[in-house]
Amino acid sequence: MTTQYYVPERSYWPILASIGLFLMALGAGTLINGLQQDGSNHGKWLLLTGAALMACIVFAWFRNVVRESRAGLYSAQMDRSFRWGMSWFIFSEVMFFAAFFGALFYIRVFAVPWLGGEGDRGSSNLLWQGFTAEWPLLQNPDSELFPGPSAVISPWGVPLINTLLLLTSSVTLTIAHKGLKTGSRATVKLWLALTILLGIVFLGFQAEEYIVAYTELDLTLKSGIYGATFFILTGFHGLHVTLGTVMLIVILLRVLKGHFDAEQHFGFEAVSWYWHFVDVVWVGLFLFVYIL
Amino acid sequence: MLTQAVAHEHHHGPPPGLMRWVLTTNHKDIGTLYLVFSLVMFLTGGCMALVIRAELFQPGLQLVQPEFFNQMTTMHGLIMVFGAVMPAFVGLANWMIPMMVGAPDMALPRMNNWSFWILPFAFAMMLATLFMEGGAPNFGWTFYAPLSTTYAPPSVTFFIFAVHMMGISSIMGAINIIATILNLRAPGMTMMKLPLFAWTWLITAFLLIAVMPVLAGVVTMMLMDIHFGTSFFNAAGGGDPVLFQHIFWFFGHPEVYIMILPAFGIISHIIPTFARKRLFGYPSMVYATASIAFLSFIVWAHHMFTVGMPLAGELFFMFSTMLIAVPTGVKVFNWVATMYRGSMTFETPMLFALAFVVLFTIGGFSGLMLAIAPVDFQYHDTYFVVAHFHYVLVPGAIFSIMAATYYWLPKWTGNYYNEYLGKWHFWLSFVGVNITFFPMHFIGLAGMPRRIPDYALQFADFNMVASIGAFLFGLSQLLFVYNIIQCVRGGYGADSRVWEGAEGLEWTLPSPAPYHSFTTPPDLREQGGEH
Repeated sequence: MTTQYYVPERSYWPILASIGLFLMALGAGTLINGLQQDGSNHGKWLLLTGAALMACIVFAWFRNVVRESRAGLYSAQMDRSFRWGMSWFIFSEVMFFAAFFGALFYIRVFAVPWLGGEGDRGSSNLLWQGFTAEWPLLQNPDSELFPGPSAVISPWGVPLINTLLLLTSSVTLTIAHKGLKTGSRATVKLWLALTILLGIVFLGFQAEEYIVAYTELDLTLKSGIYGATFFILTGFHGLHVTLGTVMLIVILLRVLKGHFDAEQHFGFEAVSWYWHFVDVVWVGLFLFVYIL
Repeated sequence: MLTQAVAHEHHHGPPPGLMRWVLTTNHKDIGTLYLVFSLVMFLTGGCMALVIRAELFQPGLQLVQPEFFNQMTTMHGLIMVFGAVMPAFVGLANWMIPMMVGAPDMALPRMNNWSFWILPFAFAMMLATLFMEGGAPNFGWTFYAPLSTTYAPPSVTFFIFAVHMMGISSIMGAINIIATILNLRAPGMTMMKLPLFAWTWLITAFLLIAVMPVLAGVVTMMLMDIHFGTSFFNAAGGGDPVLFQHIFWFFGHPEVYIMILPAFGIISHIIPTFARKRLFGYPSMVYATASIAFLSFIVWAHHMFTVGMPLAGELFFMFSTMLIAVPTGVKVFNWVATMYRGSMTFETPMLFALAFVVLFTIGGFSGLMLAIAPVDFQYHDTYFVVAHFHYVLVPGAIFSIMAATYYWLPKWTGNYYNEYLGKWHFWLSFVGVNITFFPMHFIGLAGMPRRIPDYALQFADFNMVASIGAFLFGLSQLLFVYNIIQCVRGGYGADSRVWEGAEGLEWTLPSPAPYHSFTTPPDLREQGGEH
């Protein structure tokens, strides 16, 4: 408490990041709106410029923070601020997924059974007579508008393998963390690299699964509510695994450069928290999207 | 080199010029940016409200087309909620919380700057939709599907991305405030000694982090439905438009408390100061705030009583909603009890605070009426609802922001504002607000629907009265702007205490407050509790 709290000098990164974010949003909006017309507009370039700018800023901003940290500017109190920051960020991510899980539960518990005529919600049943409620929903109320999937993905093939991969990766990451705390850097490098490998293999299987869904099962975004919930949940999870893998790679590179020691390694811990969070989300997905 | 730069910076104030504001990491600069931005948005959204009221001055279509009228109601709501009220509270938090808890700055200063600078870009994009083909979003600020999906103008895509940007900004701002309060308190400032503005903001920040991602989720599902063929909100594919309402209001109801809890904190500072008494029942204020926050997560479907929920749902949400009256009643009781036998004076902040207590309570009571599911079938989507939420937002949230501005302006600028003009501003606003919104209760109960540019002749008189009140309220805000500008430029100097009865760490710093707040944290361990 006696050391002064570090207040950084004025910085170019936030305003540049705001511009980058704005260009990305503007570009994505223009691009997506163009999809419904001829499909060619300048949105793509805005989006790419924004994304490139963002990538540079993220790199520069984090490099800035890493250098400040290694220059010894951060006190134990500063460290706690980062810990609170990361914890609450992960909580916000939990709530982001909660929205999609909530949607899935509402659809399965209320919306689809009501469409099937359950309870006194008979009015919606009038629209599509003969519709039977089932889950997974293979026959949508309006099969011409939303042709349903021919089958769904069995949980005991690729999804089970992926579950084992991710659960193992949490263990390997913990071993790496233990290695860092005991000062055994060879352990850190080996097990961290293994974690990254598991993440990449997971993503490969996920991609394979999507290809099968689209080409063989007719399970697409357009195949009604089953496809919609399936892809939004697994898709956002996959994006988070991708981001987590990138973050782990950065951490591995930092370890190789000799960063982190047994006491000070919040960057490592933050990424490992994130990885465990992504892992837990997958367990929820495996349970509620694939098995049940 | 870095350490040198830091040591260097501590010796002088802010660098001059525009870049001071663009690159700043200082909580006071960022607070000022938020507040100025909020004021600009308040006036922008206010002009849209005046377009609405001008059109409704008489029955029939006079000024604008119905399509544009719908865009005005939508943009007015979105701008006031996300552009005026929320940034104003974040600005106040930025300015005051580090000073209140004895910190040098916010916990994460660079991220603080980013949280702010996302907003002008987000709102530039949102306002730009007014000039796009097909016009701006026209589906109301609650953007119910399928109005906002199947039947939306193309600009909805940009609306979605603007909402994403606002969400990122809010979440980062909230994380910063939580980290500051939990980690940067002066030694000896235990949680139960925390000033109430910090307490209410702590809980508000929790609500923000909990629900802004849900908003991001729901607009993402909209985007998918519109452009990528999913059927979340389309029953033809097995989805449900009502699902949209559930997710939206799971965000939306905590959101309305996000706009009022910091106001409770502000009022809990101002009333003790001008009653020259300690706040009555500090612990119960903290617990009441926490209870309101908890309840805000389990009441959302009271916005949807007429959508066709099962009876059990109607009953659950009716009773849980009524429960909110208990902690809110505790708060109103405590404010009144604080004033009981106090040595009261009635400077402008106190006038706004008193008006808050009375008028917010009126809004609370009409909320209780709306909570009764069977009668809500009559009130739903009428002007009664408009009257209700404007009573809690205008003389509630907005009055508290004005009270806070007058209360803390001398601390920010070192000068007192013009008390005479301040009182004029208050009385004109007070009268204007009531003339505008009180008649809406009557036309609402009589059945006038909201979001409609034309109406039956029977509603003509009260609408005319409301429109006159709206212009009175709107124009009197120019006094507010003038008073602030004059106060920034100079005036009667304030000492560090500013107000005779003011207590707390922020009043131990000189006025204007130094560029860096507490470089060494004050030690409160030897002192007794403030409360």
